[in-house]
Amino acid sequence: MTTLAEETLAQKAARRRLRLEKLTGIGFATPATLLLVTVCLAPLAVLVLMSFTDYDLGNLDFKFVGLANFTKALHDPVFRRSLWNTLLYVAIVLPLGVGLALLVAILVHGRKRTRGFYEVAYFLPVTSTLIAMATVWTFLLHPKLGPINALLGVVGIAPRAFLSDPSLALPTLAMIGIWHLVGFNMVLFLAGLTAIPKDLYEAAEIDGCANPVDRFLTITWPMLGPTLMFVIVTSSITAFKVFDTVAVMTHGGPMGSSEVLLYSIYLEGFQYFHSAYAAALTVVFLAFILVFSVIQTFTLDRRVHYG
Amino acid sequence: MASIALKGIGKSFGTTGVLSGIDLAIADGEFITLVGPSGCGKSTLIRIIAGLEPQSAGSIEIGGRPIDHLRPHERRVAMVFQSYALYPHMSVADNIALPLTMQRLSVVERLPLVKHLSPRRRRVMREVMAEVHATAAQLQIEALLARKPAQLSGGQRQRVALGRAMVRHPDVFLMDEPLSNLDAKLRVHMRSELAELHMRLATTFVYVTHDQVEAMTMSDRVAMMDAGRILQLGTPTELYTRPATLKVAQFIGSPAINVLPGIVDAGGRVAVAGVAVPVRAPLAPGSRISVCLRPEAVAPRPRGAASGAGEVVIGAHVRRAENLGAEWLLHCDVDGLDGVIVAARIAAGDRPPPEGAIDLAFLPQACHLFDADGARIEAAARASAGAAAAIAS
Repeated sequence: MTTLAEETLAQKAARRRLRLEKLTGIGFATPATLLLVTVCLAPLAVLVLMSFTDYDLGNLDFKFVGLANFTKALHDPVFRRSLWNTLLYVAIVLPLGVGLALLVAILVHGRKRTRGFYEVAYFLPVTSTLIAMATVWTFLLHPKLGPINALLGVVGIAPRAFLSDPSLALPTLAMIGIWHLVGFNMVLFLAGLTAIPKDLYEAAEIDGCANPVDRFLTITWPMLGPTLMFVIVTSSITAFKVFDTVAVMTHGGPMGSSEVLLYSIYLEGFQYFHSAYAAALTVVFLAFILVFSVIQTFTLDRRVHYG
Repeated sequence: MASIALKGIGKSFGTTGVLSGIDLAIADGEFITLVGPSGCGKSTLIRIIAGLEPQSAGSIEIGGRPIDHLRPHERRVAMVFQSYALYPHMSVADNIALPLTMQRLSVVERLPLVKHLSPRRRRVMREVMAEVHATAAQLQIEALLARKPAQLSGGQRQRVALGRAMVRHPDVFLMDEPLSNLDAKLRVHMRSELAELHMRLATTFVYVTHDQVEAMTMSDRVAMMDAGRILQLGTPTELYTRPATLKVAQFIGSPAINVLPGIVDAGGRVAVAGVAVPVRAPLAPGSRISVCLRPEAVAPRPRGAASGAGEVVIGAHVRRAENLGAEWLLHCDVDGLDGVIVAARIAAGDRPPPEGAIDLAFLPQACHLFDADGARIEAAARASAGAAAAIAS
């Protein structure tokens, strides 16, 4: 009987300890959860709710209109153009922004004494404010005053109006996007490269991977899998969010050739005060980002080696 | 023919010298072990042979042909790393196949996507996979061929690393502490497997370890290294029975050799703890000398028991007895020598090990003598037992 009583006592103590642990855990998680709910989840819920209404900023009341905002977007030429332009922008920035960063990272990784210098040099654009830099780029690209056209003139190419030619505006913005992205991706790749054990390269060298291409294909590329996945996901989201350069340099023009999603949302929401319609466009924007990340995570995940 | 000749190998990183004047001739098919404490330069030496590190001085020949100018893969050597260095993103089969595919496929035939266009590639890959299977069968890892290294145990990874080394039939196997990452039991098992593998392949093995047991149990010859030099090169028996320096004596053998401080008197005779040892050292009177005895050369006896002919007896107190199953290991404080502990082996019998005051008896010819610099002294001319008695009285 005594043993039984002792056992129950021990069990009681264990239960009490478990309850205390649970309470402690909840206590620690509460502040972060509250913060997450108030600054992220609640506004998101309001946004989704608003996308089903006809609310305009300043209105005193609103009514629910179902999917009207979304059907409107589907037939809105401005929205369709901005969606297409955004996808085009991502299609240029993503491969070049990732590929160039990888190339630069491998080259910088091979340096010993000058590595610090190159790291800083390539990372500088990341630390700059893009809005300020966009102003500088506007000057650099100016058809008459800009040094870039002056340089082109030296090699005999006629000056181009990079920002006011409808066929050049978006690619030009994409180049600036790449310039701003490469440094950041390079740092991520450098971290990935540093994490590859030196032993592997030595083993590969003994096994016959004699040239840099073999070493890259056998070791570097597959071992960078996790880093590459992360870089692609963050880069595509960054590219999807293009706004600053458009707002400062082209205002969506010329002739809507550089209208992008976030800029359309900004116009609808904060210039025309169509809050509900802007909310609907934002929901579409978020859905795109979500779908992209999910697809990328799952397709790349299978080819990625962890550990 | 895959003998190795190292001639005057030196290596320094900046101003720090790591190796100096290493001369070593390794015979074809020999299993040679480079053993020494960490930082002695043994790993650097094997990496120089592999071509992963250029030497600062000297030259290397494998099979009589100089290889100093050759890249690692051109030297026909295979290496097993301490970390195994398996390619984590490849299956076991691909890991083992890599040295062959690198050898037999052209650059184009190895490129992603493009490689599928080559009809020759398919034929070559069939041959390669057949050889991979044959190698895997030798190592009994056929069942693991489809797995990734992360799914393998330490011992299995070890075998895969061996397979990758074996598959292209190298002239020389280089092994850099291959058993260090295994648990004690598996290490003992892999030791005998490696020794058997060496017998079967009859290829030259150069093996680096800091574990003297591995050196003793597997090698044809052992090169004991310290501070970038080879202290002694010889068979395991030679190193154990005739260590060239005090460092070799202390490093080789477990439990470690007993070192007793002694003094040389005017007649060149040696005294330990006030007891005369009938050996003669050609040193100046008053010189310090290390008298070393293997634990099995020391016989513990009850205090005052009759000693055998020619035995030297010193008094001691048992400090601790370790039960090793088949035998006891006694740790004793030597009377009159502060802080000197002598280990003695005693066969486990029905009786418990002795306690308290005991005698330790040993034969003078079992003593190894080293001078103050650690160099071995040959005690060729032994003092007679009578002379020893005279000193004792």
